[in-house]
Amino acid sequence: MQAPDGILCAKTHEYLLQKDSVYKFGITDYAVEQLGDIVFVEMPEVGTEFEKGEILGTIESVKAASELYMPANGKIVEINETLIDNPELVNNSPYEDGWIVKIETEDEKALNALMEYEDYQEFIEE
Amino acid sequence: MSKTIFEKSIKGTQGINLTDEKLNCDILLNIPENLLRKEKPILPEISELEVVRHFTLLSQKNVSVDSNFYPLGSCTMKYNPKINEVTASLDGFANIHPEQEESGTQGALELMYNLPEQLKEITGMHTITLQPAAGAHGEFTGMLIVKAYFEKIGQKRTKVIVPDSAHGTNPTSAKMCGFDIVEIKSNNRGLVDLEALKTALSDDVAALLLTNPNTLGLFEEDIAEIAKLVHDTGALLYYDGANLNAIMGITNPGLMGFDIVHINLHKTFSTPHGGGGPGAGPVGVVEKLKDFLPVPIIEFKDEKYHFNYDLPNTIGRVKAYYGNFGVLVRAYTYILMMGANGLKQASIDAVLNANYMKEKLKKYFKLEYDKPCMHEFVLSGDIQKEQGANTLAIAKRLIDYGFHPPTVYFPLIVHEAIMIEPTETESKQAMDDFINAMVEIAEEIKQNPQKAIDAPTKASVLRVDETLAARKPNLHWS
Amino acid sequence: MKNFLPHTDQIRNQLAKEANLDSIDSLFDSINDSVKFKNDLNLPDGISELEAQKKLKKLANKNNSDCINFLGGGTYNKFIPACISAITSRTEFLTSYTPYQPEASQGTLQAMYEYQSMICNLTGMDVSNASVYDGATACAEAVLMVCRISKKSKVLIAETLNQQYLQVIKTYCFGGDIEVKIIPEINGEIDFNYLSNLTNIDEFAAILIQTPNYFGNVENSKKIGDFITKNKLKLIVCADISSLAVLEVPVNFGADIVVGDIQTLGIPMAFGGPHAGYMACKQQYARQLPGRIVGMTLDKAGNRAYTLTLQTREQHIKREKATSNICSNQALVALAATIYLSVMGYNGLKQAILLSAQKAKNLSEKINNIKGFKVLYNNFLYEFVVKVDEKISVEILLNELKENNILAGINLKKYFKQYKNSILVCTTEMNTDKEIDFYIEKLQEISTKYNLEDV
Repeated sequence: MQAPDGILCAKTHEYLLQKDSVYKFGITDYAVEQLGDIVFVEMPEVGTEFEKGEILGTIESVKAASELYMPANGKIVEINETLIDNPELVNNSPYEDGWIVKIETEDEKALNALMEYEDYQEFIEE
Repeated sequence: MSKTIFEKSIKGTQGINLTDEKLNCDILLNIPENLLRKEKPILPEISELEVVRHFTLLSQKNVSVDSNFYPLGSCTMKYNPKINEVTASLDGFANIHPEQEESGTQGALELMYNLPEQLKEITGMHTITLQPAAGAHGEFTGMLIVKAYFEKIGQKRTKVIVPDSAHGTNPTSAKMCGFDIVEIKSNNRGLVDLEALKTALSDDVAALLLTNPNTLGLFEEDIAEIAKLVHDTGALLYYDGANLNAIMGITNPGLMGFDIVHINLHKTFSTPHGGGGPGAGPVGVVEKLKDFLPVPIIEFKDEKYHFNYDLPNTIGRVKAYYGNFGVLVRAYTYILMMGANGLKQASIDAVLNANYMKEKLKKYFKLEYDKPCMHEFVLSGDIQKEQGANTLAIAKRLIDYGFHPPTVYFPLIVHEAIMIEPTETESKQAMDDFINAMVEIAEEIKQNPQKAIDAPTKASVLRVDETLAARKPNLHWS
Repeated sequence: MKNFLPHTDQIRNQLAKEANLDSIDSLFDSINDSVKFKNDLNLPDGISELEAQKKLKKLANKNNSDCINFLGGGTYNKFIPACISAITSRTEFLTSYTPYQPEASQGTLQAMYEYQSMICNLTGMDVSNASVYDGATACAEAVLMVCRISKKSKVLIAETLNQQYLQVIKTYCFGGDIEVKIIPEINGEIDFNYLSNLTNIDEFAAILIQTPNYFGNVENSKKIGDFITKNKLKLIVCADISSLAVLEVPVNFGADIVVGDIQTLGIPMAFGGPHAGYMACKQQYARQLPGRIVGMTLDKAGNRAYTLTLQTREQHIKREKATSNICSNQALVALAATIYLSVMGYNGLKQAILLSAQKAKNLSEKINNIKGFKVLYNNFLYEFVVKVDEKISVEILLNELKENNILAGINLKKYFKQYKNSILVCTTEMNTDKEIDFYIEKLQEISTKYNLEDV
């Protein structure tokens, strides 16, 4: 799967992708593959603020549940409501239709600590 | 296609009619009209024969101990003696009310007094409550006792340690009592890592929860030292009795140094699993914890059996009344018939059977911990996965061969785990049939994994789409 | 005597040999001698089935199961259709376990789906689990559930609730560090004034009421429903499932979770268990519901099939983050209830409740006419409170009636200190007119004997 340019990845397999003033948040194609068929995504309420490392939601396959960690201090400004009825979008299109939330953040320090996709590839191979 | 019972309804049909009397609406005039039901609920309208036929046909879609070898690891699917059903449904047991006076229920009380006496001997505990309704319920009861005990002696202990091989209920039960969970890794022998345990133990640890033998089917050889380490820090040692079937008459949790024990009567003591329940999960404790047990407990005084509600430090009730009494009758019947020798022989045979199957199967499947096991053992489907069919496929293929699959993907610390527990009631013939099927499946996967991937083909349905079920939940007929 | 063990010693030795063991004794080499038994278990030897049957029969006969029964209070002497045990004793149902492998368990799974459907249709809820241990633990789990949902740790519980249920709730809340506040009872119902005068109502996650309540009275659930809507609380309703044949559907007065016991659906009293609890909730709380849930889906060929679903809620997946630790439930009891509801249908269920209510009405009116006995409340369904002249203590009264083989009622003092000399009397469709007349006759005699006066 082709990851879009400019993507930033966390060790816990979430990604951020800048879109104007906000970041799209989702899970990487590697994470999707590991989880298998996604059946449910639990998302926070719009407007909730999280600190880096806090759990903002969970993503579930039939027999596994993984937590979603906030990659930087910030605020949830939008959630992907289509996932409520169509969680399979995360499987089919993790970087586009399968984004999970949009985050507003100015946490440069945390953003800088995230990996670029190539480095992430190396990281998961380890 | 299998119709639901709702689809078999014929308007106006009633299976059982209680009376031809036209019941007058005036009966409920004492209740305000706005508190009465106006909508008719959707319930089947169907003849008694059609009801019986419907459920009989459904029953035939189950694989069960009575129809098939059922080596579901950690669940002890042993034969459920039919006498148990007869004794539990005796009128004197099935038809007594829990609020009846003690003088009218002396037989029931006597049974509920004697059963703990037997369980005390088997587990080495000082006092037993029969109230918890299942194993997990027993764990919860035990963890509440841990919590109450430390509150009583004024110690703030917030953590509970569980090994990474533990049953899922262990951490959940502890969490329900407000404890934080510290998970410790197993060592390369599949046992509690003493160093990891030492590191995890501190004066804010309330308890260590342990299954022994553990979920890999291995006996924790260092149990005496583990008990000492735990007790030295002032913590309590909790025994998950799910695997008690391995050790009856050989050792017991008391000898090993445990403080609290739960017992799954539906596993070790042969009461039927009923498609998921009811079970019973009595809890035993050492003397210093006896006053923390749920009330009531049963005592014998002045030539009569009594309920005692007066335990100074009781955690309260965990269930209405006295436990799953009908299950207790079954377990009591079983223990009477087995006796000291029978129970010990049951454990010996259970362990013997598991070792026999393990040795036969390890030539075809990866065995992570290759040493004598107790009543169960855990294979890995890693080799077969490489060849194109994983543990799930193996499990499904076993259904085609007429077996209930073993427990799969548990314990979590073994990749592609296949956990097999034959129990003592299986004959050599039954085990050999299963072994042969496993061997054939392993050979078949080498040649053509697709057959396993497509399995089952001989069950009442093909592979069930669990993803669809979770994505688009359809949870009731309307 | 060694029962149920198939091996001969010869086979044992053969198995040991093929398992590469030196001897059968070496099976337990991994157990250190220091923790091994030195002696045999101190239990008698096993007995034959013949002896066991005799022994258990003898024990059972020490119980009095052949009485005229007016006891209720959570367990009821109800009519049990014969076809239930004919089906539940089918060992394909009896000797299988939790349907982890759907393809090998379609029978249990479909039956559970039908059970869930019937519970939903009776309560008006969207989702039901496949049963919990009993009505008491259903209440307790519901309390934990609302606290998770609302992220609050205080609940209001009606004092009119079955006190054993309340005790179980308190035990669970001790575990979960949840504060239980009691809404006091007044005139056999909850004291609504207490509720409306609460100043910190927003601190509570929910209100739990029982209707009909422990005293047998139908609570004003409409009023309570309006109150929780206004104050944005959740409402847990505990209801005997049978009563919903005639009482308002809980969803219609604002229930978020409906729970209770299903013993009245064809389950033997069995000295208090096994019975089973039901739990049902609105769709939006489905993922917070504890216990097994069965869903309808398709198999690979596109045919209808059933499976356990929403399993990530459960302990075997989420471990300490699971909604509950429940693993074994009361599946066979739920199956029995499903058969009951199928064979009785709505009409049969309603007949049973109306007959019970009719008999309660009849008995209560007659009791009320006897000097020294007064029926305290009027809005009951099939259980009611009788106040007794203090010239005779309830203990003596119950004892006198027991001499006549009548289980006359539950001494309310056992659970409620404010009810010093009162009993809770219950009728079901099982009570005959003759039994009722006999009860009345004996009460009359007692009234005369003790020279009782109006209360």
